[in-house]
Amino acid sequence: MENKLLETENLTIHFGGVRAVENVSFSVGEKEIVALIGPNGAGKTTVFNLLTGVYQPLSGAIRFKGERVENRKPNTITRMGIARTFQNLRLFQNMTVAENVMVGYTCRMRGGMLVAILRTGPFKKLEAAAEEKAHEWLSFVGLSARANELARNLAYGEQRRLEIARAMATGPNLLLLDEPTAGMNPAESESIMELIRGIRDLGAAVLLIEHDMRVVMGISGRIIVLDYGEKIAEGRPEEIQKNERVIEAYLGKKAAKG
Amino acid sequence: MKGVAPGRRTVIRILTAAAIAAAVLLPQILQRYQQYHLIHVAGLIAIYVLLALGLNVIIGYTGILNLGYAAFYGIGAYTAALLAIHFKISFWLLLPISGLAAAAAGALIGMTTLRLRGDYIAIVTLGFVEIVRLGLNNLDFLTNGPKGLPGIDQTILVPQLTLAGRSLKLDNDISYYYFILLLVLAAIFVLLRLHNSRVGRSWVAIREDESAAEIMGVNTTAMKIQAFATGTFFAGVAGCVYTHWVGFITPELFTFWESVLLVVMIVLGGMGSTAGVLLGALLIVGIPEVLRDVLQQFSGGGASSMKSFYDNLILARMLIFGVIMMVIVIFRPQGIVPPKRPRVSEKKSGSEPAPDGGV
Amino acid sequence: MLFQQLINGLTLGSIYALIALGYTLVYGILLLINFAHSEIFMMGAYFGVFSLMIFEKLHIFQGAPFMLVACALAASMICTGLLGVIVEFAAYRPLRNAPRLAPLISAIGVSIFLQNFMMIVVSPESKTFPDTIPLHVYKLGGTASISSLQVIIIVVSVALMAALHLFIKYTKMGKAMRATSQDAETAKLMGINVNMVISLTFFIGAALGGAAGVLNGMYYGSVKYNMGFIPGIKAFTAAVLGGIGDVRGAMIGGFVLGILESLGAGYVSSAYKDVFAFVILILVLVFRPQGLLGRKISNKV
Repeated sequence: MENKLLETENLTIHFGGVRAVENVSFSVGEKEIVALIGPNGAGKTTVFNLLTGVYQPLSGAIRFKGERVENRKPNTITRMGIARTFQNLRLFQNMTVAENVMVGYTCRMRGGMLVAILRTGPFKKLEAAAEEKAHEWLSFVGLSARANELARNLAYGEQRRLEIARAMATGPNLLLLDEPTAGMNPAESESIMELIRGIRDLGAAVLLIEHDMRVVMGISGRIIVLDYGEKIAEGRPEEIQKNERVIEAYLGKKAAKG
Repeated sequence: MKGVAPGRRTVIRILTAAAIAAAVLLPQILQRYQQYHLIHVAGLIAIYVLLALGLNVIIGYTGILNLGYAAFYGIGAYTAALLAIHFKISFWLLLPISGLAAAAAGALIGMTTLRLRGDYIAIVTLGFVEIVRLGLNNLDFLTNGPKGLPGIDQTILVPQLTLAGRSLKLDNDISYYYFILLLVLAAIFVLLRLHNSRVGRSWVAIREDESAAEIMGVNTTAMKIQAFATGTFFAGVAGCVYTHWVGFITPELFTFWESVLLVVMIVLGGMGSTAGVLLGALLIVGIPEVLRDVLQQFSGGGASSMKSFYDNLILARMLIFGVIMMVIVIFRPQGIVPPKRPRVSEKKSGSEPAPDGGV
Repeated sequence: MLFQQLINGLTLGSIYALIALGYTLVYGILLLINFAHSEIFMMGAYFGVFSLMIFEKLHIFQGAPFMLVACALAASMICTGLLGVIVEFAAYRPLRNAPRLAPLISAIGVSIFLQNFMMIVVSPESKTFPDTIPLHVYKLGGTASISSLQVIIIVVSVALMAALHLFIKYTKMGKAMRATSQDAETAKLMGINVNMVISLTFFIGAALGGAAGVLNGMYYGSVKYNMGFIPGIKAFTAAVLGGIGDVRGAMIGGFVLGILESLGAGYVSSAYKDVFAFVILILVLVFRPQGLLGRKISNKV
């Protein structure tokens, strides 16, 4: 197995007595695409919130590139190299598309108010670099033509792409995608899958929460299944498809329906 | 202005030049027609523009409803007055000192309200402005209480600066007007530069979605405190200038209502929009004052129906502002002049992105 | 002296508690600080004065002071209740899905409007509150005493609070209010008319604020267009102290704040009595924003 980029150990958090996440241990290797699946309310987004410092775990450990992640603020964790998107789009609606991406790059920039007022040479260079980054990532997700539009004027699918571009501009080694194809038609989903593979090929690992089984089975090298906050299975797509507990907890319902 | 589309850019440049020219020529014109009171009013408007620009950083850029901005204006004014009276410190030193004093108070309030949601910050700042007002009223030994602080001795302490053989002497309404105008231009220059940089982008991102901004790597704690400090710095500077200009301050100049007036200017003009804030201040302070002057002249200064019409109008001023706040927020939330976002060049990138941020 | 300050504090506290209930009820349902509530309180005091004047003109209830007060109170509560519903309809409802800053600004707009409206239309001077209840002072042993006004204020407040408690706990509409406050989306799905519940909440909150206005007017003997500002903030402090959104908390918070203020005014300095409230407000918000027994209000996801 490759080097472990991210590792969690017995990750646990409770909300008012509800065991939202209980003793979850898993890892993500470099340049790996891993899917996190499970029925609604299984604790998937909570895991993302723990990984990005929105919540602090009750117990357990998170290591990223060998460093502990707990008790750090979200912006520090982003700087360490974990970026994410949101299940419900959380763009900066009244900023332009390019600005959204440039905010993502902010954490790679140095210099405070004084240099911004004085417009020093290094400051100008960094601002130019931010703009360049925005162009790069927008062209990567296919939004170049819309750079100067306000984010709220984008179509739904475009907003999802913009979230990915914004997250990538933070320069992550690990990208967390929370239902990237939710609400998309098969063709759109297909292009998002292409995008995710592209991100992997650029050298980042991807951990995604996804409900669309075609997407999950199509791109992930490994699948982790949560149910009621606990990890009930982990393995390659073919293994998961055959796993009794998973079928019972999750796929079973779907199979019964079809 | 690099970001604006070419056609618009010309228009904006022409408008900006025209506005500056008008602002520069205004006192000369008023002097010719002997409208001395209006020169004073013009200076006041300029002070309010400076205040509104500062508050706009907090409300317009960062989206934090600060209802206590007048407190920081007061802190600047009293700092300047007390230091000038007791220690005879020069105006030119007091200018930054007052600004920093207000900014320090601003940063402190920023820190205490960090964890609070927007409406609670509004209440805390409202409480703060009341505490400051009550403090100024009751700390008689220091502030002379409600009677106010008279007397920066105008004859001794006329701020004077000699530059390249020409001396700038602040001893009348016209010279103060020009000086405040200069400060306003400097403030606009600084704020536009900040706004169109990573600092400004972080502020606006916080306004749009604070927790998303944090997760996208913006140090929201630091940026919010910076926004508070930057915004309140201008209030301190304005307070210092006002004290030296008028020479008399009382706690009643720095109340909650004063803060509300500034909020109205920003909401009316357009939150986050520099041109909007200028217009807002011009309308809110200018119209009632100009109206008073005009009506008084028509009625020959005597008691006439015009005068009582005006008296009713000035009474109704706040009532109208209240309605404006509701109507604008419901029907035109972006204000009269909505803010424009800076644009990037249209070119396509040739290079492939690299996932590690590169720096 | 201590006992006397406690009695004064209890009186003040019951007025604060009544106002605080308005903040807390609305917050519980809309997660919104009703900035215009302090003006509703002020309007309540004026409605009280007006109805007493009308009763006098019409020669009804004259010579029956308790009946007079009860009817003035009821009239004022109905008027402020309706006013509260109108304010919600005009200033908050259009902004339900707007950014968070928007309803706050329009609420401040309403507040400024009401104050200045009363200043222009009625008078910028304070108005005497008509005498109703004959003033008796009852000795309570030692130097402490309680006046008939204080008794009425405390009794009326406690009765109104008890009525509210029973309403919320045992009626169908009360249950709908509780459900909406727990989770508006689900309540809607369960067939609760959420808009109706919101209007009702504003009506009740404003009516209680109006009652507090009348009691306050009786206590101090005068009303003025800007009388709402300070008690409004203090009552808000009380609501935060008890944990905003929590009905029981608002009552307790009101009494606690009233007593603290009276003790502060009696033992420290009455010039700073308003400062105490603001300092308590800021301290509580900064160090214990969830209040003494309330829910969290911090800004995290």
